[in-house]
Amino acid sequence: MEKIICTCKHVNPVGTKLCEKCGRPLTTEEQEKSVVDMRYDGIAIRSKTHNKSIVDKIWNFFSSVKVGIALIIITLIAASIGTIFPQEFYVNVATEAEKAAYYKDIYGTIGSLYYNLGLSDLYSSWWFQIIVGMLGVSIIVASIDRGIPLHRSLKNQRVKRHASFMKRQRVITEGQPSEQADKTLDLIEQQMKQLKYKVRREDNALFAEKGRFARYGPYINHLGLIIFLGAVMLRLVPGFYVDESMWLREGETRAIDGMDGYFLHNDKFILETYDNDPQGEQLRQGVNVVAKNYQTNVTLYKQKEGAIAGQTSDLEEVKSYEIRVNHPLKHEDYSIFQMDYRLNELKVMHFDLQNKASEKSLGAISIDLTDPEKEYIIDDQTKVELALYLPDFSGFKDGVPQTASPFPNNPAFIFRMFTPETPEGETSFVSIGQPAMEPLGNNQYKMKFASVETRNMSGLTIRKDKTIPILFVGGIIFMLGVVIGSYWNHRRLWVEQLEDGTIRLAAHTNKNWFGMKKDLNALTTHAHLPQYVDQVEEEQEQKEKEGDNTL
Amino acid sequence: MEKKKKRSIVRGIILGVLLAAIVYTVYTTATKDKIKILQEGSQAPDFELVDLNGETHRLSDYKGKGVFLNFWGTWCPPCEREMPAMDRQYKVFKDQGVEMLAVNIAQSDFEVQSFISNLGVDFPVVIDKTRSVQKAYNVGAALPATVLVTPEGKVKKIITGEMTEADIAGFLESIKPE
Repeated sequence: MEKIICTCKHVNPVGTKLCEKCGRPLTTEEQEKSVVDMRYDGIAIRSKTHNKSIVDKIWNFFSSVKVGIALIIITLIAASIGTIFPQEFYVNVATEAEKAAYYKDIYGTIGSLYYNLGLSDLYSSWWFQIIVGMLGVSIIVASIDRGIPLHRSLKNQRVKRHASFMKRQRVITEGQPSEQADKTLDLIEQQMKQLKYKVRREDNALFAEKGRFARYGPYINHLGLIIFLGAVMLRLVPGFYVDESMWLREGETRAIDGMDGYFLHNDKFILETYDNDPQGEQLRQGVNVVAKNYQTNVTLYKQKEGAIAGQTSDLEEVKSYEIRVNHPLKHEDYSIFQMDYRLNELKVMHFDLQNKASEKSLGAISIDLTDPEKEYIIDDQTKVELALYLPDFSGFKDGVPQTASPFPNNPAFIFRMFTPETPEGETSFVSIGQPAMEPLGNNQYKMKFASVETRNMSGLTIRKDKTIPILFVGGIIFMLGVVIGSYWNHRRLWVEQLEDGTIRLAAHTNKNWFGMKKDLNALTTHAHLPQYVDQVEEEQEQKEKEGDNTL
Repeated sequence: MEKKKKRSIVRGIILGVLLAAIVYTVYTTATKDKIKILQEGSQAPDFELVDLNGETHRLSDYKGKGVFLNFWGTWCPPCEREMPAMDRQYKVFKDQGVEMLAVNIAQSDFEVQSFISNLGVDFPVVIDKTRSVQKAYNVGAALPATVLVTPEGKVKKIITGEMTEADIAGFLESIKPE
């Protein structure tokens, strides 16, 4: 590998702009500048040093700041496209066809296009994740590539720098001190120490620096970002993240989604509203009632140790809890939240066995739709047999009544009624909103619908997120990096006293030149130094003057 | 040269680890919805359910026999259509060391009982009241779903959707003990 050997005999890696030891500019580009580029202290960025194998090529690609910025812009654009229409996650339909129809119906052709291009599930798309992943790689590679050499160079700073380095700094002075020339360096040391700089001396040279750690701000910031990204990725690893939801009816006990071995019983769902008379804004917006409380009283059960699926006869009660909005049931790492509800699902139906002509009742029966019985006995000679129960009657197919779901949305029954008058039994098909059918001839008796009892359903969400502490750590480190990089700056001062007593001084800061100059003003007065020059400002003034002339 | 080689290796390792992380992320997201906790070749989760006659069926008791597990509901027409064929094949295979178990998803005893007696099928029917077996076998809303368990207790195959009689016969044959 080629090396650059400086006049001072120090061997620098290829790509070095300023000699690592003495600071001489090594490239013609730097030599022509009146003020050198100090961003990475003139070090060779690692990737620029060799460019041979495929690994190096990939590495160099990700190390490029241009590539990094391009990736950030692409991520921003892609992420914002995902906010144009709601994502599928927020659309409350189940099947693909329903989703397609939803986007078409609500947002028209553009919505349809949006859905078909897969933008409706953008954040889970492979290409979006690859872009974010590449951004992560870019952050890591670019940080390693710049951070390590920068750290090395900051750690090994020499006190004495070459004149060509000093003269190319932005703020410089050269001249005789007006008083106490033999004590100038001591005075400088004294003043800089008072300003809380770290001062090192070597022969007739002095180096003072302050706030070096500010240079690490961007790298700390990147570290925080990487931890954050890593935590988001961890969510995909089994055991770190659970986000499930389930419907639980009052009185029902079900295995909890995502929480193996645990069962939840819904004791009661409570919806409370304010009973005030609508007034003010409430009236104007046409809101009749305002909800006060959504609550599900639950009991959490756990299977016995070593129990297998389906063994639910000896569940152990863990705890009872009243789940309200923002007051989830917490157990181990899990939280169960109140999310949704549905009121008044049919639970019990009451019927009267009546004589059709006289409308005289022979007695009433109650059918628990969650557990219908085979027969309901009224007395010795009177009973009702249940021949068929269809919770969600959807019509006949080949003469056989069908159910569309297991939920009692539209219950239908086939009853066989036995009375003293009709000991042979009469058959009746009863469904909601339709006259009873009597497939086996006219009946003397009928099942007259009396009333219903309903129950409510709770929509619950089960969450577990072990990545939150990691996300917090990442976020805090990120902010720490921002603060360090923004509120502190790395100020450096190089001074050399020549044989004849002339003081050559150069100063640099990575930001806040105003603050640097304030320090220098104090120093100039204390050590009786000649007034310093800001070469960048001078250049600008020069340009402005030239500009004025052309006008 | 030594140093350069070492650096190349370090870079290669870093890039490799990052690439693996991206691939893992994309892969797991892509398969998230379709992920089968239960995979063909893995151990079939043990369970215990009670049938309509009050008898307890425990999967591990059928070790040494093939088990044909069929998840179904009364609202599912394809479930209803394949049941008579299942019953005929059950009668052929039950003396050859293959058990059949129809697992109803959380319906009432009455509904299951009347449905089964209308169909007139004889294989044992159990009800998964708390849906814990459904969960353990990762059976979703799509019914019917059939899981073939080998005599060694391993999942041989998972079939979603309706099966023909020839399919059923083939599946039962495939889990017959040697």
